[in-house]
Amino acid sequence: MTRQMTGAKMVVQALKDQGVDVVFGYPGGAALPIYDEIFLQNDIRHVLVRHEQGAVHAAEGYARSTGKPGVVLVTSGPGATNTVTGLMDALLDSIPLVVMSAQVPTFMIGTDGFQEADTVGITRPCTKHNWLVRETDKLAEVMHQAFHVATKGRPGPVLIDIPKDVQFATGAYTPPAKAKTGHYQPQVKGDTAAITKLVELMEKAERPIFYTGGGVINSGPQASQLLREIIGATGFPITSTLMGLGAFPASGKEWLGMLGMHGLYEANMAMHGCDLMINIGARFDDRITGRVDAFSPGSKKAHIDIDPSSINKVIHVDLPIVGDVGHVLEDLLRIWKARGRKVNKDGLRAWWGKIDNWRKVDCLTYPKPVDVIKPQLALERLEALTKDNDRYITTEVGQHQMWAAQFLHFEAPNRLMTSGGLGTMGYGLPASIGVQMAHPEALVINVAGEASFQMNLQEMATAVQFRLPIKQFILNNERLGMVRQWQDLLHGGRYSQSWSESLPDFVKLAEAFGAKGRLVTDPADLDDAIGEMIDHDGPFILDVLVEKHENCYPMIPSGEPHNKMLMGDDATEDAIGSSGATLV
Amino acid sequence: MSALRIKKGSSKKSAYDLRDPNTDVISSHTLAVIVDNEVGVLARVIGLFSGRGYNIDSLTVAEIDHTGHRSRITIVTSGPPAVIEQIKAQLGRIVPVHEVHDLTVEGDAVERELALIKVAGAGEKRVEALRLADIFRANAVDSTLESFVFEITGTPEKIDAFADLMRPLGLVEIARTGVAALSRGAK
Ligand SMILES: Cc1ncc(C[n+]2csc(CCOP(=O)(O)OP(=O)(O)O)c2C)c(N)n1
Ligand SMILES: [Mg+2]
Repeated sequence: MTRQMTGAKMVVQALKDQGVDVVFGYPGGAALPIYDEIFLQNDIRHVLVRHEQGAVHAAEGYARSTGKPGVVLVTSGPGATNTVTGLMDALLDSIPLVVMSAQVPTFMIGTDGFQEADTVGITRPCTKHNWLVRETDKLAEVMHQAFHVATKGRPGPVLIDIPKDVQFATGAYTPPAKAKTGHYQPQVKGDTAAITKLVELMEKAERPIFYTGGGVINSGPQASQLLREIIGATGFPITSTLMGLGAFPASGKEWLGMLGMHGLYEANMAMHGCDLMINIGARFDDRITGRVDAFSPGSKKAHIDIDPSSINKVIHVDLPIVGDVGHVLEDLLRIWKARGRKVNKDGLRAWWGKIDNWRKVDCLTYPKPVDVIKPQLALERLEALTKDNDRYITTEVGQHQMWAAQFLHFEAPNRLMTSGGLGTMGYGLPASIGVQMAHPEALVINVAGEASFQMNLQEMATAVQFRLPIKQFILNNERLGMVRQWQDLLHGGRYSQSWSESLPDFVKLAEAFGAKGRLVTDPADLDDAIGEMIDHDGPFILDVLVEKHENCYPMIPSGEPHNKMLMGDDATEDAIGSSGATLV
Repeated sequence: MSALRIKKGSSKKSAYDLRDPNTDVISSHTLAVIVDNEVGVLARVIGLFSGRGYNIDSLTVAEIDHTGHRSRITIVTSGPPAVIEQIKAQLGRIVPVHEVHDLTVEGDAVERELALIKVAGAGEKRVEALRLADIFRANAVDSTLESFVFEITGTPEKIDAFADLMRPLGLVEIARTGVAALSRGAK
């Protein structure tokens, strides 16, 4: 016997059957039947955001900090179009989301009806897949397929567009077990012959390096565990992209720090000089590779990725292995052990000698004046005072984001939520809301810039309403700092539109929302201010007034390879060549 | 700070790809893509090509399995080998795509296109058009006293050649289907 129910009820039933406990959303005319069903039940909490973009970023924060898909519900037209930035963000960072948008009734589609938008058309290039459901009988099955597609293989956002008449009409409910998900079954097991070949390369390598990315985290905690085992057993150095931070503990002795455009000197030099690069779940993004034709010129490259299109997209690799990171690492470890746990000891010893010399450069050193707070100092103190907490970090986008990646240390996966691929200012505050919803007892801090913070600051109201004690740690340089830095390097210091003028008083702003705020300007007060922020039981904005002209180093200028890093302001003259200037 | 000297065309390809784009030889490939015949599937495929800057030289699509609702999309594309590989991998990511075949790589394929060609004229030219049509095995599917519509099937090159010959003889209009292709042999 199939159960008959309305489409609106099916939506809620399917969410329950998929184990969803939180939905981030915003109502409107076309979504009213579903909102009515939300009203009539208590299993699923609905977080009312203040802007649909906030809902999507909140769902991303929820998803990335739990490993479960984030769920969003919005109305038609403007509700749906407001999700576009978040969808693209989730697509580029491989975050599983299920977004439901309401649509005008099927008989009005195509008439330019009130709040009609071609939502599946608009979101097609920024979702992993999307559906317009025209029949109530198909709705439940599509819902279950949506969860399947969002979470299987390389995760990503999906969208289901649900016309209002489909919500009202009655149809048969398909339970999850009966939903057809058959043909979308990405390959998870890696090719054993290729994995064995990789083990052979590892046994001989003189200068190996693991270069890991968000794929390790997406594969689940088991993958991070296996990675730790492999590094522990082989003693190979490891670096990671921004998206992969935490998969390997920052306190591990093999940890070189983040690599890439603002990565650590030792990490980039090791990438440049290695003879075996083992890419696990990273995608040779342009922030990582720098100049492609001079990228790690002397190395054999292996690439483990669940998405075949990531292989050879940017960098040609010698040994591709398509599969889920966790599965492949399990086989890798097993084969390596079975073959006698061999490594090239002499080679490795010399390699670590080189790396230790690069480490001595101490690329993150910065001056510590007594009269002004350096952003690096603020983060160093934040790290010192919060590292023992059950802590989750989100960030906005800009210099502060890169400093956070350099100066905060992540010991576990799923602890850093940041917009990597799209670089979305306005991500961090709503993301912190999503994280706090998932982890009510944890300390959730958004490391923000004053400009990014303003892009979604309306979400402070959401935090207050839902009693989410999120901490907004604003590194306020009164500048669009990252833009200003590029203008320094590229445009003769002509700071076109990169000031933050007419800034609000962030303390009063916090108070206006019913939260608490504090301004700190003196390095001597920093610890006390951070302490107050941590101890305050509720949302808090700490406005940290920092050095205005600090640039973020090291930096690989665009168009340059890994071994051409800028280490400080005095080296920036003519740093970017003519061909690099057109790059982003 | 130095003045900007931006080399023309240095960022033509992917932002960080400063390699000489001409080092790779461009070749033509015929791809057969088996998809679920659902709303929007063609838009997904075409959007992939336009969004990522790939070429479409020819495209045909029709449902080939009316009970299973499968369609076959035949795409003729061109690019250097790495780009062709990327195109296939990207097509494979599209959820309703079941199979992607590179007929050019998988072995010899039969490739056929159909064209309708309208030629108008009188006297010698009209006779010559009919004579050439016979050589090319084109059929006259419509004729009036001053015009023919020829139907011709063959490789795109054969159709090009026929159309070129018809041009001085009074070619009015041409409609082409794009390439349909199947691999040769038993499987
Ligand atoms: C939505 C969006 N618009 C524009 C940009 C370009 N952008 C990158 S960083 C940045 C400045 C960020 O300023 P702020 O948040 O104060 O951070 P800071 O760099 O000063 O630490 C801008 C405008 C972006 N990344 N996202
Ligand atoms: Mg700023």
